[in-house]
Amino acid sequence: MQPHIQITRVSKVYSSAERNVAALDDINLNIAPGEFICLLGPSGCGKSTLLNAVAGFSLPTSGSILVDTRPVQQPGPDRGMVFQEYALFPWMTVEKNIAFGLEIKNAPRAQIKEKVDALLRMLNLYDFRERYPKDLSGGMRQRVAIARVLALDSPIMLMDEPFGALDSLTRRNLQDELLRIWMEFKKTIIFVTHSIEESIYLADRIVVMTYRPGKIKKDVSVVIPRPRDPSSAEFNDLKKELALLVMEEQDRHLRDEIKEPSAD
Amino acid sequence: MKYPWLKKFAEKLQGLLVPLVLLAMWQWLSSQAIVNPQILPAPTAVLAKWWEYLSPQEAYDPAKAGYLAWLFSGELIRDAYASLYRVMLGFMIGAAMALPLGLMMGASDRIYKLFNPLIQLLRPIPPIAFIPLSILWFGLGNPPAIFLIVIGAFFPILMNTIAGVRNVDSIYIRAARNLGASQTTMFLRVILPAATPYILTGARIGVGTAFIVVIVAEMIAVNNGLGYRILEAREFFWSDKIIAGMFSIGLLGLAIDTGMNWLNNYLLKWHRGIEGN
Repeated sequence: MQPHIQITRVSKVYSSAERNVAALDDINLNIAPGEFICLLGPSGCGKSTLLNAVAGFSLPTSGSILVDTRPVQQPGPDRGMVFQEYALFPWMTVEKNIAFGLEIKNAPRAQIKEKVDALLRMLNLYDFRERYPKDLSGGMRQRVAIARVLALDSPIMLMDEPFGALDSLTRRNLQDELLRIWMEFKKTIIFVTHSIEESIYLADRIVVMTYRPGKIKKDVSVVIPRPRDPSSAEFNDLKKELALLVMEEQDRHLRDEIKEPSAD
Repeated sequence: MKYPWLKKFAEKLQGLLVPLVLLAMWQWLSSQAIVNPQILPAPTAVLAKWWEYLSPQEAYDPAKAGYLAWLFSGELIRDAYASLYRVMLGFMIGAAMALPLGLMMGASDRIYKLFNPLIQLLRPIPPIAFIPLSILWFGLGNPPAIFLIVIGAFFPILMNTIAGVRNVDSIYIRAARNLGASQTTMFLRVILPAATPYILTGARIGVGTAFIVVIVAEMIAVNNGLGYRILEAREFFWSDKIIAGMFSIGLLGLAIDTGMNWLNNYLLKWHRGIEGN
């Protein structure tokens, strides 16, 4: 099967006056349609850099990223992004935030309303539709951000530590909601996280990345059937295995920070 | 306390305490014949003068004008109207010039580099320093006064608009690009609203400056308005009228600021004051 997203020999170097930092080094990754991928690693491992490259915000220094066999050159609504800091437009109500992408597409008014209403109901936001983002909790805001991306009907969802700032209960709640959405809409998802448990709970495949330069350390398929029970033995075995891998990189990250404070 | 309204009332009274004490001292001082009433008239005299200044000068005559027109025919009302008219017109012209230029300078580095040196040079000149030139160019009357007010309002709005556009959080730009926004949509629906808090701050400072400038301009270039009236009162040694005029200026300034505040709250009802989720 043709991969939905094909990442071939991608490297990214950030150059500044003092030095060059290799953020990504020779990344090769094929993602099938409908696959749920988690990029896992400590901060500084380049997982967000890779996501931003797929999103088209910051193109790789070398290598290619193909989406549906077409090279990524700029951001676009076919790859909807959910940001950790929500990035809702604070001057728009919940409803307007969700409708914005459709208004940009010049969709007919009636169609926008129908679609926005359906999303509001699906994500339990209907009663909050006329609120401004400042009046919403973190979990609510992230629901709006997810609805905003769903409104675009983009086949790909890119998620940059979207639940990182939420408390653990809200987080589990949104993870379940995301899985439901993923199954219903058959999206291809790339989800960046540094939480091992989150990655096992969600992903079909977990791509563990190394700390600087960001390489793929290991590509792990998660075969545990959903819904996954975080207290089950198989879940915990995988968690131990991944923890070892991630801690190695975290240690390298720490050593680097001691040598060179404020590297991030 | 048993009665919450009583508590509220007591709190209101607290705010009046200092002004009332000062007024009482002022009244006492004037009644003691220590100070010459021409230097410092009693508060009661000022109030009486203010009422006279506010009231219509002629008796009501239905044949001449309607009741409302007569009611608002007092000298104070006409002066306040003249000052307010100049402030508003000058502010509007200043804003109409500063806003587009500021948006362009904020959005485009090329335009910024083109205009910035000139603006940095002109901006430190106080609007008051333009008085001689404005009279030379526009003679006397409304035009030079409005010209000065335009200058007073222009720079604060310009500088804040530039800062507003330049400080738009890049996360909004990224989100909008991700949604597929065109340049025009980006500008009108993301950059402009994101910059409104700054722009409104600029407008508020601009109106404040315009109000300062109008009083000065009226002392020099025209023969009506609140600024002219207090200077005229000095020539007749009407210190009660000077002080009554000053309080009127204060009240009008307060009204303008309240209006701007209301506009601010209305346009920024989405804003939580300090940005950051």
